[in-house]
Amino acid sequence: MISAPDVVAFTREEELEDDLYREPPLPEEYSVPLFPFAGHGANPWAKVAGSKFTRDFILISEFSEQVGPQPLLTIPDDAKVSGTFDLNYFSLRIMSVDYQASFVGHPPGSAYPKLNFVEDSKVVLGDSKEGAFAYVHHLTLYDLEARGFVRPFCMAYISADEHKIMQQFQELSAEFSKASECLKTGNRKAFASELEKKLRDLDYTRTVLHNETEAQKKANDKGYYTTQAIEKANELASVEKSIIEHQDLLRQIRSYPYRKLKESEFHPYEPERALDRADTGCDQDSAPSDPAEPGETYLYTHIPSYTPKLIKAKSAKCFDKKLKTLEELCDVYFFTQTLDQLHHIERTFRGDVCYLLTEQISRALLKQQSVTNFLFEDVSFLDEKPPEKQYRGCQGLGQDAMDGKCLEESLTPKVVISLGSYKSSVECVPIKMEQEMEDSEEPKMSESVTSEPQENLDYLDADIKGSISSGESIEVLGTEKSGLTKSESQASLPVMPSPQAGRSKVGSRRTVSEDSIEVLSTCPSESLIPEDFKASYPSAINEEPYADNDDDERGLRFAPRPSPGGADERDDDVSKQESLVQVDAACCIGKESPNFLEPLPELGQKPCEEDGVVRIPPQPYRAAEQGLRGGFPAHDGAPGGLLPYELDSRYLSGSREVSKSSLDECSDSTSHISSAASTCSDRTPSPARPACQAGERHRKRAGQNALRFIRQYPFAHPAIYSLLSGRTLVVLGEDEAMVKKLVTALSIFVPNCGVYAKPVKHWVTSPLHLVDFQKWKLIGLQRTVSPAGMNALHALSRYSRYLSILDADSKTLRCPLYKGTVVARLADHRTQIKRGSTYYMHVQSILTQLCSKAFLFTFCHHLHLPISEREPEESVVNRRMNFLKLQLGLANEDVKIVQYLAELLKLHYIQEPGQGGSPLLRFDYVPSFLYKI
Amino acid sequence: KSSVQTVGEEQIQNPYTELLVLKGHQDIVRFLVQIDDYRFASAGDDGIICLWNAQTGEKLFELHGHTHKITAIAPFSSSDAFEEKNHLIITASADRTVIVWDCTSGRQVQKVSCFHSTVKCLTVLQRLDVWLSGGSDLCVWNRKLDLLCKSSHLTDAGISALVELPKNCVAVAVGRELIIFRLSGSNNESEGWNVFEVKRLVDHQDNILSLVSINDLTFVTGSHVGELIVWDALDWTKQASECNFWDSSVHPDVQPEIKLSQSPNETSVQHLTSDEECVFAAVGKGIYVYNLQMKRVIACQRTAHDSSVLHIEKLPNRQLISCSEDGSVRIWELREKQQLAAEPVGAGFFNMWGFGRANKQANQTAKKMQESTPMYFLELVGDLIGHSSAVQMFLYFGELGLATCSADHLIILWKDGERESSLRSLTLFQKLAQNGDLQLKL
Repeated sequence: MISAPDVVAFTREEELEDDLYREPPLPEEYSVPLFPFAGHGANPWAKVAGSKFTRDFILISEFSEQVGPQPLLTIPDDAKVSGTFDLNYFSLRIMSVDYQASFVGHPPGSAYPKLNFVEDSKVVLGDSKEGAFAYVHHLTLYDLEARGFVRPFCMAYISADEHKIMQQFQELSAEFSKASECLKTGNRKAFASELEKKLRDLDYTRTVLHNETEAQKKANDKGYYTTQAIEKANELASVEKSIIEHQDLLRQIRSYPYRKLKESEFHPYEPERALDRADTGCDQDSAPSDPAEPGETYLYTHIPSYTPKLIKAKSAKCFDKKLKTLEELCDVYFFTQTLDQLHHIERTFRGDVCYLLTEQISRALLKQQSVTNFLFEDVSFLDEKPPEKQYRGCQGLGQDAMDGKCLEESLTPKVVISLGSYKSSVECVPIKMEQEMEDSEEPKMSESVTSEPQENLDYLDADIKGSISSGESIEVLGTEKSGLTKSESQASLPVMPSPQAGRSKVGSRRTVSEDSIEVLSTCPSESLIPEDFKASYPSAINEEPYADNDDDERGLRFAPRPSPGGADERDDDVSKQESLVQVDAACCIGKESPNFLEPLPELGQKPCEEDGVVRIPPQPYRAAEQGLRGGFPAHDGAPGGLLPYELDSRYLSGSREVSKSSLDECSDSTSHISSAASTCSDRTPSPARPACQAGERHRKRAGQNALRFIRQYPFAHPAIYSLLSGRTLVVLGEDEAMVKKLVTALSIFVPNCGVYAKPVKHWVTSPLHLVDFQKWKLIGLQRTVSPAGMNALHALSRYSRYLSILDADSKTLRCPLYKGTVVARLADHRTQIKRGSTYYMHVQSILTQLCSKAFLFTFCHHLHLPISEREPEESVVNRRMNFLKLQLGLANEDVKIVQYLAELLKLHYIQEPGQGGSPLLRFDYVPSFLYKI
Repeated sequence: KSSVQTVGEEQIQNPYTELLVLKGHQDIVRFLVQIDDYRFASAGDDGIICLWNAQTGEKLFELHGHTHKITAIAPFSSSDAFEEKNHLIITASADRTVIVWDCTSGRQVQKVSCFHSTVKCLTVLQRLDVWLSGGSDLCVWNRKLDLLCKSSHLTDAGISALVELPKNCVAVAVGRELIIFRLSGSNNESEGWNVFEVKRLVDHQDNILSLVSINDLTFVTGSHVGELIVWDALDWTKQASECNFWDSSVHPDVQPEIKLSQSPNETSVQHLTSDEECVFAAVGKGIYVYNLQMKRVIACQRTAHDSSVLHIEKLPNRQLISCSEDGSVRIWELREKQQLAAEPVGAGFFNMWGFGRANKQANQTAKKMQESTPMYFLELVGDLIGHSSAVQMFLYFGELGLATCSADHLIILWKDGERESSLRSLTLFQKLAQNGDLQLKL
């Protein structure tokens, strides 16, 4: 649970100590290379010193029809963040890869303008000059006044770390898609109401014109039409036509949700927070089963009263008009929702990429440990799913029904879209983009435009990637599509033969490359994804190779595949990449290649790595997990005895839906352990999620307070022992803030009794009862001089056998003796850990060890059941004790801790799902002692 | 300062290391009655009867039917005459009704509401397959709730206790009188039943509070002023009596304060229980062990609790459990005392004990040298603290544990933590096996 930055930081400190130097050096392969510039006081995590911005940020830009690409806003909205980074320039860069040549207007063969419901495009690009790498998400919004009714926008996640962008591509993509969907939903609403208004205007204008014409006719008795009259008639006719056009547009925009619903790809925007729902009360109350339909229809039914205006003939100077702002384009509500989402993205992806990955891995692993993870982990963090799913994940272990489900799940063909392979396919292809090339492509593009029928729009945008050559240094980091197509035209590109060369030119490269676009969402089927992309998630270190590999109907399977963790590992990927290079080179051309639409089964089936070597550190841990699980709650339906939960399916697995759904969880989950990146430089603040921000802060604070507690109170050990062994600890004090602080500090040591909230009560003023000790294991109690307060004290002394009492005022502790060793490691008052979050993780790691011991103890068959029929109970008891003491190495009271945890595990496991199970109170008749400072 | 003996925090002999709080009642829970091996019913002032699973603590049924507090409850298991074992319970309430419930279905079987006064006690005579209700008069009912016969009006105060005696007799405590009734009639016919008074015993000075049958030959009564009388169950003669529980001449170790503040409450015999040898009496705050053969108190704990002891029960293993108004339950062990030890226990160890026994021993050995008779004492081996108010009653379930009910509206199920833990392990592996997870999967 200690994230990599911590480890690295430690080795770095060591270098300063001479004593340590004298120790025999580590074998070369185990040593962490020192940062070459460490001596200069440089921050080893400031990877790209060349970047002009201080930390990652999100940029929203627009390709304005009036002024060209312009930045609209950044998140965080802080001038310091972007620093000297030229937003205007970068806007130009990211907008220049826009594909928005998509036509609107009158397509041939259609009488009316057609709205083009283009998919968003997702592009990764880098700008070595600026030291910036970006995930760019293009989207179009509709604006009645805009040219062709569309306004191209893009949202970009800009980071100095290209690995981060590449490795988190899917997560970024999923999160940005949400934001985009939100914007577009709002935009459709706004656009529809704008159309309504316009229609009323037109209607009104028509009436007026009609009246005028009639009046003129009457007034005119000359028998011929005056120019005026003809003009009026023309005007009337054009208004009529305009009405029809607008009506058609309205129909199109309204039909959008219905059309889209049929497509599996469509994820209608739904606000995540119930609060917002209540606040706005608008259109979001739709049932989850058909989220879009009622919502969207509602959008258009609600029209505020509007007084129509007379529409004058078009003013010639269209550049005079002020374009709508983004906020106006979308509904204000949706706009703020989007901003929230973007802030959420920003927080989620803050920090170093290794931190993000470590966290994703640890979260993924934790999720698998459904038998034990409830004890000390915040299960709500792990299960960001609807309740029933949570229930499946946590309690459904081993249910029959469950197994059935798992079976179903596992039977669906599984394909993994891998990030790791994105990474590996990242090619910085230095392409000198010839002008002719662009020219040669242009006709193709228009050709495809004209020839594409409407229903091919889905991949139309994929095809029309307007690639703009530039003399600037935009490098193509990778394209997905490029892997799909082998175009003969690749020959015309100066392809760099080795990826190494392209890789190593950080900061110094001055190669011109073409902008490439990845269009994930438009892949018609998953079979389009080449195996390289499918192989694995970066953190899916290795999947157990299937032992019984005979049933092919389970779908595509992939052998373990490493995710390249850093530059050092790239050599190993050469062979694979070489095959990719040529493919990559095709990125900008030949999209029409026929095999584009064809599945590549032979690719999909091929194990992508023969040697099966796994190169990611956490792997042994995982392997151990697997080993453990062998004996226990295996699921029949799951192949290879793996747990078939979502998380696994994310690895192993997945039909596109599966991988997609798991994406959300994954990205949501990125910041599980808080500011683990404590050692990260200050330029990369720790990530946090908005939803759990409180929890995040809470943890940090709890860690800090706990650290303070163990330093201040010499009797911290018995207090913590009380908590770990399930004896309720009452923190007694007059000052609420102080008591709450102590309770917060100690709360990190409290094992959960189930999947419910932590059994911690921060502040109680009434006398305690037995029932309270059942429910709460850590209680803050008010000390008052009132009779009620006396009652409370009386209750404390009465129930003293169930309690440990920490008196915050007199600084005393009354609790049983502790002579074990676990807590000493857990809470060493001489610890060198300084940061709360780091300490929190230290605690978590020790608690995890305890959990694993408790797990072993609980699930060791022979420890609890007599081996033979006639074996007396005592020998079983002895065996149990021996196991605890000798095998698990527990001393004295540590045994009690593990026994208590084991008891919780048992209860959790045997608990019938659905029924909560009455909480029971276990206690010991042991003497208490009074500790003083 | 309380002179009650205390036991340290370390209670090695106390097996109850796990508890379950059962919530279901809204008022004082006064009665617990065992239905079968694993079920019990609770009832109290809220008029609700709850059925519980003593193993899991699960509430099986909540029976609503009475509008006032429950005054008596009795289990009524069907005899072998019926094919399937049918568990019924009979409850009487202050609303002057008696309801028969089916414990399996949780349904009300029948309701009788023809009483003129509250029924205060219920007794089932399994042998005759009838049950008796005692209010202001004594009524005899059969299983179908037909009134077979009834006695004449006895008293307005009503019958306080009822016990079955041999030869179709019942002893009924009415005020300070003990009345013996005899039932006659056929087993099948609803006609021909009769109940008539046989004898009236007026040996008690005050109201009889407890009445318990020891064996076929003897029964015992206890009164409000601390008289304990052992009766012959066949000819209803007084075999022995003890009425000096509080007498300092017999037990000179009583502290003066207690003697001074002595009120009838302090000496009333709240509850009696017995095994073959001894009668255990809850007298005031104390517990007394009366040996039937020796016809004297062989051991006592004068202030076993802080306030009145409400219920005591003898366990098979020479242990005794008592519960009291002070909200605690205590576990005692009857131990043989070393005769020769002049100072058997260090005075400072159990101060109350050292104090009391030394005197008593000196006194008694001086009075009459009973060299061959072993001396006994009650040793406190554990206490159960959980209720916040008077513990009205408890039910010992053997291995399953102990259920206690209290005025704090709660029932607590005390369990042996070790046993529960291994049972849970067993369940866990059963579940694993059931899911087929025990086999190694490769």
